[in-house]
Amino acid sequence: MARVLAALSGGVDSAVAAALLVEAGHEVTGVHLKLADLPDAQQVPGHGCCGLDDAQDARRTAQVLGIPFYVWDMTEVFRREVEEPFAATYAAGATPNPCITCNERVKYAALLDRALELGFDAIATGHHARLERDGAAVTEPGSGAMLVRARDSAKDQSYVLHVATPAQLAATLLPVGELTKAQVRARAAELDLRVASKPDSYDVCFIPDGDTAGWLGARLGAEPGPIVDLDGTVLGEHAGVWGVTVGQRRGLGLDHHERRFVVDVEPTTRTVIVGPRDALACGWLEVDVPGWAVTDVPADGTAVHVQLRAHGTSHAARLRHATHGGAPTLRLELAEPAHGVALGQAAVVYDATDRVCLGGGRISRAERPARLPVLTTSAGAGFA
Amino acid sequence: MHADLDHAATTPPRPEVLEVLERWVRAANASARHLDGQSARRAVEEAREQAGAALGCTPHEVIFTSGGTEADNLAVKGVVWAAHAARATGAAGATGARAERDGRVHLVTTAIEHAAVLEPARWLAERGDVELDVVAPQPDGRIGVDDVLDRVREDTALVSVMGANNELGSVNDIASLGAALQERGVPLHVDAVQCVATRDVSLDGWHADALAISAHKLGGPQGVGVAVLRRGLAVEPLSHGGGQDRGLRSGTFAVGLIAACGMALERAVAERDTLTERLTGLSERLAAGLTSIEGVTRNGPHEASHRLASHVHVSLDGVDGEALALALDAAGIAASSGSACSSGAGHASHVTEACGIAGTPLRLSLGWTTSTEDVDHAVAVLSELVPRLRDGGPALGLGLRPLAGPV
Repeated sequence: MARVLAALSGGVDSAVAAALLVEAGHEVTGVHLKLADLPDAQQVPGHGCCGLDDAQDARRTAQVLGIPFYVWDMTEVFRREVEEPFAATYAAGATPNPCITCNERVKYAALLDRALELGFDAIATGHHARLERDGAAVTEPGSGAMLVRARDSAKDQSYVLHVATPAQLAATLLPVGELTKAQVRARAAELDLRVASKPDSYDVCFIPDGDTAGWLGARLGAEPGPIVDLDGTVLGEHAGVWGVTVGQRRGLGLDHHERRFVVDVEPTTRTVIVGPRDALACGWLEVDVPGWAVTDVPADGTAVHVQLRAHGTSHAARLRHATHGGAPTLRLELAEPAHGVALGQAAVVYDATDRVCLGGGRISRAERPARLPVLTTSAGAGFA
Repeated sequence: MHADLDHAATTPPRPEVLEVLERWVRAANASARHLDGQSARRAVEEAREQAGAALGCTPHEVIFTSGGTEADNLAVKGVVWAAHAARATGAAGATGARAERDGRVHLVTTAIEHAAVLEPARWLAERGDVELDVVAPQPDGRIGVDDVLDRVREDTALVSVMGANNELGSVNDIASLGAALQERGVPLHVDAVQCVATRDVSLDGWHADALAISAHKLGGPQGVGVAVLRRGLAVEPLSHGGGQDRGLRSGTFAVGLIAACGMALERAVAERDTLTERLTGLSERLAAGLTSIEGVTRNGPHEASHRLASHVHVSLDGVDGEALALALDAAGIAASSGSACSSGAGHASHVTEACGIAGTPLRLSLGWTTSTEDVDHAVAVLSELVPRLRDGGPALGLGLRPLAGPV
């Protein structure tokens, strides 16, 4: 039995997570984090989260479960740590994952610190991921917990939790990772939770209408630049590098029958380079500041899997401890080239069976197979 | 042990009130002509007389509302809209040449009003219906009478000043303000929601033109209140319909709630002196205990006659507000550790901001059920809690109680 602070987003997963912990006999307190400060009129039901409806749904869940409930206003720290860096990363021509930043800085890590400070033994979230200790599912907080992919592989969220340290995992409970999404909804219905059939949210929570380019445009302003092909021929114009992601094919406004992908973004000259899919092929990538979810950092040469996007497939790879400019870096050599590797996105490392999450970090560099003639050197920003 | 020290938020209904509520909640429609309707109407009119006697006005000036918020809205919007209507028809009213020029009337209120006054006032200003003047409070949470009078103009349609502030318990000199405004022919609305339990409230004594009262702050049920509107004060209704209550508040009389409200007002006034004396002793005992804790300072007026006997508002230096909320629950104390926004998150209140009050605010408020044990429990808990939280210690002591209520 532990004192658990359950983060209630207002969605079905966190509601069932809290319910399972109550059933297991833990002393559970619910907390809803107010993250994005959206005006009421901009809140679109069923899109994003953090709205008033979500706070109400979270409160109602706590009432049905009979647990105390609090709302903590974290809009300031969220704006500073998530929204502003999100815009800044796009402005720098890279592709951020705000959910990872949020877990790292606000929703997971900061909440956990706060909870332990207040006297709780652990926090619980509704993330679809599992914790295992000595091969068995974790039911009580304590050291030795390993982060493992969810039973429901289609819903697995271990990717966004890779920022957790072993010490943080020791004070975490992830009960819904043992269930499929369908089972989660069924449990919610059994418990008469009104969020049982609430739709999943896929959008960036602070951009409820899903118009990321519009949101970025309003903050960063139009900064048009050329779209060029690999020979340097200008094919068109874009409104700002923040509207473009490596690997993107649609929405470039190019009148061309040939399939062209964004293969690189050069923020200083505001140049977007497009080319055939082959030009995206990437055989290795490097992470300068990796974090480890396991106590023993894997040795050089370890066979691993690496996942490069939140809902992407994983790639077999070999892990290398390398150096870049004299500083240590984690290098991942892919068995087969991957396409559409965007700087700024997280590379998350799993064990050879692609089951246990070992850690990861933001992609600092990646291989560029073709030399791109228009690009001069631009430290840190372009492909190496 | 559990101590309810949040009576300013809601105070439990008195047993006599519950009896009346129970009896009249089954009433017929009080507007019906048949005998059952007449019987129900008698309960309403008895309550109206009880309210008139309690609030220093005639029964004809009593309008039953859904609570304090509706009563405040009716006074603020209703008087402003009536002033516009009077101008449109060229009738004499609280309008002058200045209003004719800019198409607005003038409204004066204060920065420490409850949202039920401030929000309609701001809304009217945003619509262009009024030119709004918001008077700043003194640091002790009182409103200077001259600060208000300095803002009054020939086209001022209404002045709205609360009798006592709900957070700090600071009491305003309404009688002096009312007399000065009456001389100038400017109507005064008083949000008297917080002060009825422990202070004399009188439309006539205050020379006021409108009052707002809420039953659940004085031993009545939630969901009912009173707007007192002086005969002769032009007021437009907020809702139109069957024309109940002089056409100012249409809607079927909520007989049970209204009868309970009348009884609550009668009992509150009858027991007010005794209660005030008892609560003065208890709140001074509480304040003395709290201010003996290092880093705890009392806010609000220094002079006892300028504060409500029911309120103790303190600042806790170096204590996190969210941790405090959890810790008080864990220790079985219900008190107000910050106002809640619509999502329920705690945030800095407009009252403490307007008064320049620093530190984590905590309001403990007492009422008719408060005992010496409640007060001593709060002092004991906070004496242990404040140093612990300030040192970053855990908020949870014995663990949280399970959530009570219907599940």
